Amino acid sequence: MRVLVTGISGKLGRLVGLELLRRGYQVAGIDRRAWPDGPADIEVHQVDIRKRPAEDVFRTYRPDAAIHMATVTHLVNQSPDRMRVNLYGTRAFIHHCHQYDVKQAIFAGRHTFYGAAADSPLYHTEDEPPISAHSFPELADLVAADLYAASALWRYPEIATAVLRLVYTLGPSKHGTLAAFLKGPRVPLVMGFDPLFHFIHELDAAEAIVTALAHKLHGIFNVSGPTPVPLSTVVKAAGRRPLPMPETLFRLGLGKLGLPMLPAAAIDHLKYPIVVDSEAFRRATGFRYSYDERETINGFRTA
Amino acid sequence: MLDNLLPIDPDVAARIEALDLQFNKFGVDPYGIDKNDLIRFVSAFAWIYRFYFKVDVYGLDNVPSRGRGVLVGNHSGGVAIDGAMAMGSLLLDAEPPRLAHAMIDKFIHQFPGASQLMARTGQFTGNPDQAKRLLRDERLILVFPEGARGTAKLAKDADTLVDFGTGFIRLALETNSPIIPFGFVGGGEALPTIANLRRLGRMLGVPYIPVTKWGLLIPKPTRFQLLYGKPMHFEGTGHERDELVSEMVDQVKARIRDLIRQGRALREKEISEGDLVL
Repeated sequence: MRVLVTGISGKLGRLVGLELLRRGYQVAGIDRRAWPDGPADIEVHQVDIRKRPAEDVFRTYRPDAAIHMATVTHLVNQSPDRMRVNLYGTRAFIHHCHQYDVKQAIFAGRHTFYGAAADSPLYHTEDEPPISAHSFPELADLVAADLYAASALWRYPEIATAVLRLVYTLGPSKHGTLAAFLKGPRVPLVMGFDPLFHFIHELDAAEAIVTALAHKLHGIFNVSGPTPVPLSTVVKAAGRRPLPMPETLFRLGLGKLGLPMLPAAAIDHLKYPIVVDSEAFRRATGFRYSYDERETINGFRTA
Repeated sequence: MLDNLLPIDPDVAARIEALDLQFNKFGVDPYGIDKNDLIRFVSAFAWIYRFYFKVDVYGLDNVPSRGRGVLVGNHSGGVAIDGAMAMGSLLLDAEPPRLAHAMIDKFIHQFPGASQLMARTGQFTGNPDQAKRLLRDERLILVFPEGARGTAKLAKDADTLVDFGTGFIRLALETNSPIIPFGFVGGGEALPTIANLRRLGRMLGVPYIPVTKWGLLIPKPTRFQLLYGKPMHFEGTGHERDELVSEMVDQVKARIRDLIRQGRALREKEISEGDLVL
């Protein structure tokens, strides 16, 4: 079975590529970036998913399944074409899957879809609308990409489309939204708030994505690892020092004084939890994480 | 969060250990309850519960010792001391101890400190999805159907009831949970409010600021009466017509009114414990 992975040179993309190989799939990838020293069995086409050469890859490689991971998700560095990559890239992906008879499509989305608010339920289920898309413009493109990908469920019912909403990934690659936030020796927190953070080891995340493929999932699924942990506990367990700051100071200091470069709306994500119910995914696939909360943080800490 | 700030009461620690909760490797349960924070916080709270105030609790056996349940009671003055004392009775007096999840007002989680404390002790903004999930997980939830209108009652009205919301009945029907009515008496004496400053409250992000006889929002040491009534079971799906649900609400409200009346009579020593009909 041939699987095409977009965004394969990203940290999670590589892990997914390797896991697919390990399970005996034929793998090819599309990415603007190279994968230096990648396995010889994986051919990486250095093209942009939105451009014509990417379509040629679909036409000639004729994948049976495709996994879309070519989205820009980090908040720390805002790139100007992020919105275009996320929306037009997702459109191109769905279009090519339809055009070239791909039987299975997986969209690797994020649990931040649900947004963080004082009055939302702790555990989000897949049927909930994205409540904070309007208050967090920097995330709106990812929310829209998620919803756009989900539209393939009714537009192209012949394709088994799975939209996965993965919690933060963490692990030895030290890559991802949470890892970037935990980068420095001192991690600023909003004083008086300590939201639960839901995360999964990056190897478990890769395995979950491949498991979704193996089970031909059709629908929208939250994907999580161990039970969530308060942010201050994550910070301490990662060997960092929490630095609680009053919210006003935090807002004033964003991007200065060693504080992370975050959009103002991201502060809500440091005040309120985004935790998901992944029971539907577990029931459909039997997936169970291998790394518990402590092992996951240690994997990040000791790398 | 409260590391090394508060002393630990060994009796409280033993009670928290006995709670039917699943803690992960960091001592946190799936709802974010932190065992160590809970032990330190309840250790401090136990002093207030046992010595600053004094709570005469009746009918604690009516609260299920395991499994789901909706505790429904009255607000009796100023701020939700009643909620805190009900939580206290379940943690500190009940055998085995239980942790109730209060469905609290949205504004509380918007305040620094309060949000953190509530999150680490399992107190959530009242939300039907949240409540249903907790009940299906066999937890106890604590509901005050009067809401902020209930705490806003002035001292002279402390033993009366204002309008009840109906959500708690639909919740109980949908999850097939028993309702445990309770009446709380004495809040009006602890915190005799004579006025509520609503405009100032709105400016500060709260529904109102209560003003007591002595101006400050500090309750005086008071003895309270807390009466738990027999569990009430209603049959239905939770999707009944409003009129049907309102009738059920009225039955619960009548039970709570009766429990308050008996609590008041006990307080005034007009009856004794043996006369109670819970």
